[in-house]
Amino acid sequence: MAVKSRSLWDKKIFRIALRDAFLKLSPLNQIRNPVMFTVYIASLMTSWLFLRAITGRAEAPPDFILLISLWLWFTLLFANFAEAMAEGRGKAQAQELRKSRHEVTAKKLSKPSRDAKITKVMSEELRIGDFVLVEAGDIIPCDGEIIEGIVSVNESAVTGESAPVIRESGGDRSAVTGGTLVISDWLIMRITADPGHTFLDKMISLVEGAKRQKTPNELALTILLSGLTIVFLLVCSTMVAFSFYSVSANGSGQVISLTVVIALFVCLAPTTIGGLLSAIGIAGMDRMIQANVIAQSGRAVEAAGDIDTLILDKTGTITLGNRQATEFVPAENITVEALADAAQLSSLADETPEGRSIVILAKEKYGLRGRNISSIGATFIPFTAQTRMSGANLPGRQIRKGAAEAIESYINEQGGTFPLYVKSIVDSIASRGGTPLVVAEGNKVLGVICLKDIVKGGIAERFSELRKMGIRTIMVTGDNPKTAAAIAAEARVDDFLANATPENKLVLIRRLQSEGRLVAMTGDGTNDAPALAQADVAVAMNTGTQAAKEAGNLVDLDSNPTKLIEVVEIGKQLLMTRGALTTFSIANDIAKYFAILPAAFASTYPSLNALNIMHLSTERNAILSAVIFNALIIVFLIPLALKGVKYHRVSASKLLRNNVLIYGFGGLVIPFLGIKLIDLVLFSIGLN
Amino acid sequence: MKALDCVQIIFYLTVVLALVKPLGWYMARVYEGQSCGLDYFLGPLERFIYRCCGVSSTEQMSWKKYLSALLLSNLFGILALYTLQRLQIYLPLNPQSFQNISSNLAFNTAVSFTTNTNWQAYSGESSLSYLTQMLGMTVQNFLSAATGMSLLAALIRGIVRFDTDRLGNFWMDLTRSILYILLPLSIILSIALASQGVIQNFKPYQSASLIDPIVLENKTVTTQKIPMGPVASQVAIKQLGSNGGGYFNVNSAHPFENPTPLSNFLEIIAILLIPASLCYTFGVMVGDKRQGWAILLAMLMLFLPLAGISLYSENQSHAEYTQLGIESSGSLEGKETRIGISNSAFWSAATTATSNGSVNSMHDSFTPLGTFVPILLMHFGEVIFGGVGSGLYGMLMMIIIAVFVAGLLVGRTPEYLGKKIEPYEMKMATVAVLVMPLTVLISTAVSVIYSEGVHAVGNPGAHGFSEILYAWSSMGNNNGSSMAGLNANNPFYTTMGGIIMLIGRYWIAIPALAIAGSLVKKKKIPTSAGTLLTHTPLFMFLLVSVMFILGALSFFPALALGPIVEQLNLWGFHGR
Repeated sequence: MAVKSRSLWDKKIFRIALRDAFLKLSPLNQIRNPVMFTVYIASLMTSWLFLRAITGRAEAPPDFILLISLWLWFTLLFANFAEAMAEGRGKAQAQELRKSRHEVTAKKLSKPSRDAKITKVMSEELRIGDFVLVEAGDIIPCDGEIIEGIVSVNESAVTGESAPVIRESGGDRSAVTGGTLVISDWLIMRITADPGHTFLDKMISLVEGAKRQKTPNELALTILLSGLTIVFLLVCSTMVAFSFYSVSANGSGQVISLTVVIALFVCLAPTTIGGLLSAIGIAGMDRMIQANVIAQSGRAVEAAGDIDTLILDKTGTITLGNRQATEFVPAENITVEALADAAQLSSLADETPEGRSIVILAKEKYGLRGRNISSIGATFIPFTAQTRMSGANLPGRQIRKGAAEAIESYINEQGGTFPLYVKSIVDSIASRGGTPLVVAEGNKVLGVICLKDIVKGGIAERFSELRKMGIRTIMVTGDNPKTAAAIAAEARVDDFLANATPENKLVLIRRLQSEGRLVAMTGDGTNDAPALAQADVAVAMNTGTQAAKEAGNLVDLDSNPTKLIEVVEIGKQLLMTRGALTTFSIANDIAKYFAILPAAFASTYPSLNALNIMHLSTERNAILSAVIFNALIIVFLIPLALKGVKYHRVSASKLLRNNVLIYGFGGLVIPFLGIKLIDLVLFSIGLN
Repeated sequence: MKALDCVQIIFYLTVVLALVKPLGWYMARVYEGQSCGLDYFLGPLERFIYRCCGVSSTEQMSWKKYLSALLLSNLFGILALYTLQRLQIYLPLNPQSFQNISSNLAFNTAVSFTTNTNWQAYSGESSLSYLTQMLGMTVQNFLSAATGMSLLAALIRGIVRFDTDRLGNFWMDLTRSILYILLPLSIILSIALASQGVIQNFKPYQSASLIDPIVLENKTVTTQKIPMGPVASQVAIKQLGSNGGGYFNVNSAHPFENPTPLSNFLEIIAILLIPASLCYTFGVMVGDKRQGWAILLAMLMLFLPLAGISLYSENQSHAEYTQLGIESSGSLEGKETRIGISNSAFWSAATTATSNGSVNSMHDSFTPLGTFVPILLMHFGEVIFGGVGSGLYGMLMMIIIAVFVAGLLVGRTPEYLGKKIEPYEMKMATVAVLVMPLTVLISTAVSVIYSEGVHAVGNPGAHGFSEILYAWSSMGNNNGSSMAGLNANNPFYTTMGGIIMLIGRYWIAIPALAIAGSLVKKKKIPTSAGTLLTHTPLFMFLLVSVMFILGALSFFPALALGPIVEQLNLWGFHGR
C-alpha cells in the first residue's frame, strides 16, 4: 500500500467526513453507541419541546429551547464528524488498495509443470489449489505459494516499498501476494486463497473498518460509561421531583423546566469520551497502518499494549545479521601484520560474508590492499564438510583457516604442534561470544581471527527503555549457550534462549504464559507458525510464508523485526488515549454542576447563587455556556483522539502521574475557564 | 472546640489504629484457616457445630454455590425474625405483654436486621419482647455481620487464588466469623459496658415516682416507667458488627445503653474497630500489607476532613445567635449533656462512615453542615470503613473502577493485584456501584412527590427534604441511622424501605461475589515496571476521586436542595 503520511486535516477526507457526520445521524447508527444515543434522544426531545413552544405550549422561552436543541444536535454532529474523520483516513487508504486489485488474465496450468497445457482464465475464476504460471511483466493474479521458480517481485502495491524482493519456491520466501508485479523470471504457483478472501481483500476491509467489532477493553469502557450515563440520567430526572417539592415547600420559584434538565443531563453524561470512543479505536488501527503494520483485529492492537515480554530473534533484530571479523590475535612470535596478511590471502576468494569481512578488516586496520588472487598465482581451497577448512595455496605457502579442532588435526598431520597459547586465545574469544577462526601456514599456527556478531547500535539503550516500561526482552538464537550469553550481555537483553528450535521456542512461550506473562514475537518461517499462533501478539513478516501470516495477528509489511517495539507503543497509546479522555470527560462534570445547578434552582432558593462561583452573567447564559462548551470540547479533542496521547517510555507510575496531572486536573480546570469565556462572549453579543 | 475534645478525637483514632494490626492479623488467620490461638478452646465446638449441621469442612464452594448458601441463610434469617415478631405475644420472655408487630413493620424490621441495616421504624422498649430482642435482633446482628465478613473473605480469596473456581466454604466462614471474631469481642465489650452501668436483666419494666410531676395533655403524670432488658449483650454486637440497631428507641443516647464517657469511648472504638482492621486483614491475605494500608489511608483521607467539618460546625456559635449578639459555645440541641458536642459530632461521622447507624445524639437537630456530613458519608456508598466486610467489598468495587481508569492511563489492560479487569468485572462492578445512587435517588424522588412520603415529614421546607434524603440514603446504604423528625412507621416507608434495603444489600453482594468467581479463575500476572501500583499516594488520590465522582457527584443536586441550601440560608446568602 502506498502509505503516504496524511496530514490530519486532509481536505478530501475533511469534506467526506463532513457529509458522513450528517449521514451518521440515522438511528441505526446512533444506537450502537449507548452514551451518544441518549444525546440523540435528548436532541429529539428538545426539538419537540421547541415545536410545542412555538405552537403556544412553551415550558421555557422558545428561543432558549431552540438554542439548546441546536447545540445538542451539534454535539451529535461533532461526535459523528470525529468518527467519520477517523474512518476517512482508512477509507482513503482502502481506495488506493482497490486500485491494485484489478482483474487480470491468469495462465492456468493443468498440472504444476512448465510444459503443461495453459488455459487463460480471469483471476476471479481461480480457486484454491489451481496452478498458475506467472512470467516477467505479469501481475500475480491471486495469493499463492511458489512451487517452482525464483522471481523478483515488485510488491509496492501492498508494502509501499518499490525495491524488488526475491521470492522462491521452498523455504520461507515462497508466498506471493495477489496484485504484485513479477519483474523478472517466471514462477509456477499454487493458489492458496479464493477471490475475495485474499490478503489484499482482507487488508481493504480492515483499513476500511467495515467489520469493526468492539474490543474487550472498549466494551468494558462502554459498560462503565453507560453506567455513568444511567446514574446521570437518574440524577437529572429525579431533579424534577426534587424541584417540585422544593417549590411547593418553599412557596417560591418555578419547577425546573424539562429543557434545563435535558441540558444538564447531556452536560453531565460522559459525552466527550462517548463521542470520541469509536474514533479513538479506528485511529489506533490507523496508526498501525501508518507504521505499515496490518492488524487482523482491533483486539490485537489492544493486546499489544499489554505485552510484558518480547521474544526477539537475534539475527537481524539484535545483531546486524552476519558475523564479522573484528580482531586478529597473533600466536607467540608472530606479528599481527603477518597474521593479517595470511588471513587476507586465505580469504581473498572467500565470498562468504565472514570471508569478505576478514579482507576488509585487514585492509582497514593494517593497510593491506586486497590482491587479485590470480595475479599472485594463488589457488583457492574452498571449505568442505570433510576438511572443515578453507584457505589458499600460493607458491611456497599453504595457508589454511578454520575452526580450532580442524586446524589442530591439520597441524598434527603436518607434523607440527598446536600451541597451548593459541588454545587459550581460542577459549577466551569463545567465552566473549566470538567465533574463533585459527589461521595456519604449513605446520605453524599464526594466530586467531575473531569473528563476532555485531550488536546493532542503540539497541541496548532501547532495551533499557523497554525495561523501564516493564517489558522484558528475551533473545532467541540458534547459537550455543556460551556465544548467546555473551551477545545477550552485550545487547543487555533480560534473558535468552540458546540452541533455539521451533519446538523449544513454543515451549518457552507456553512457560512464560503459564507464569501469567503476555508474550509478543515476530516470525516469518512456516516453522515459526506454531509459536506465532501461541503468542499473544504475533507479528508475521510480510516476506514470510503464508502459514506464518495466517498464524500471526499482525502483519508487518516492512518485514522489520524491530517493529515489535513500535507495535507495543501504539497499543499502549490507544489505551492511554481512552483513559485520558475518560478522565477528562468525568472531571469536567464538576464545573458543569457549578454552572447549571445555581441557574436551575436559584428561582426557588436565591441563596444557591452562592454556588455560581464562575459569576456567570444570567441563568440562561449559564446553561447555554455549559452546553456549548460540552459540544465544542469534542471538536477541540478530535486531533488528540486521532493522533493519540503522546507516549513516553517511562514507568507506569510516572505515566500515571503525568496523565492525571494533564487530563485530570486539566479536565477540572479547563471547563471553568471555557464556560466562563463562552458566557462572556454570549453576554457581549447580547444573546440574553 | 476545646483542646480536650481534640485530644479525645486523636486518642480515639490512635487506639483504633493501634488495634488495626493485631486484630487484622488475627482475622486473616481465622479466614486462612490457620491456628489463631482461640481454636485450642473453641476448635472442638467448631467441629461439633459442623457435625451437627452436616457441614463438610473440606468442601470448597464455587461462587454460585457460595451465593446460594449465603442467600439461603439470609432468607432463613428474615423468615425467623418476621415470625418471632408476629408471634411474640404467644412466646415467653414478654413481661410487658407486647402485642404482635404489624406485618408491614415486621417485614421492614426483619429485612433491616438481616441486611445489617438496622433501620428502626419501631421503638424497641415499647414494642419488642425480650425474646424477640435476643433471639431475633441480637442473633441477626451476629449473622448479618458474619455474612458481610464471609463474603469479603470469599472476594479476597478470589483475588488471591488463581486457576480454580473455589472460593471457600460459606458455612465455615460464617461459623468462624462468629465463633472466633464477633463472639469473643462481644463478650469482652458487653462485660466492659455492663461495668459502666449498661443493664442486663429480664426484669419487668420498673416504675418510679416523679419528684416533680408534669402535665401532659391535661393529665398530671406522676410515675415514670423505666424499661429494662438484656441490653449490654445486644449493644456490644450492635456496635461491633456495624449493625447499629439500638435496644432502646434513642439508641446510644439512652443512659442504659451508653451511660458514661468511658462507655461512649468504648462504643466509638467498637464502631470503627472491625471495618478498619479488615483492611489490614486484606493486606495480609493478598500478601502485600501495603495494599491494606493504602485502602485504610484512602478511607481516612475522606473520613478525617468530613469528621472535621462536622466537629467544626457543631462547635460554632449558631449563626442566628451570633446575629443577636449572643455567644454560644456550639449547638447542644439534640445532644446529651453527659456526652457533649464533640463526642456527638464525631460519633455522627463515625456511625455514617461505617454503616453502623447507631446514634448518641439526634442528627435532626444538628447544624445543616452537621447533617450534610453524615448524608455525604453515606453517599460514598458506605465504603469509608463501611459495614463489617460489606464496607471493604464495596470499596473493592470502587477500586476496580479506579483501577480501570488508572490502568487505561498507563496504557495497559487494567489489572488489580495481578488479576485482569475485563468486561465481565466491569459489568458487575458497575452494577454494584450503580445500585446505590439508583435506589436512593428513586426512592427520595418518589417520597417527595407522593403524599404519604411528604406527610411523614416533621419539618417542612429544605429541612424536610434533608430528612427524606437522609432516610433513603440510610436505608439504601444499609446504614440504619435516622435523622428523626420523619415518621417512618407507615406502610409506605416500611414496605418500600424493606425493598430498598434488600436491593441495597444484595445487589452489591451478588456482583461482588460474581467478580470473586470470575477473578479466581484467572491467571496471576506478575508485576513489572509497567504495572500500575495500587499502594501509592497517587492511586489513593485517584481512588478518592472516583469515590467522590460516583458518590458525591450523583447527589450534588439533592444535597444542594437539602443541607447545602439550609446552610447557605443560615449564613445569610439570600441571593445577589
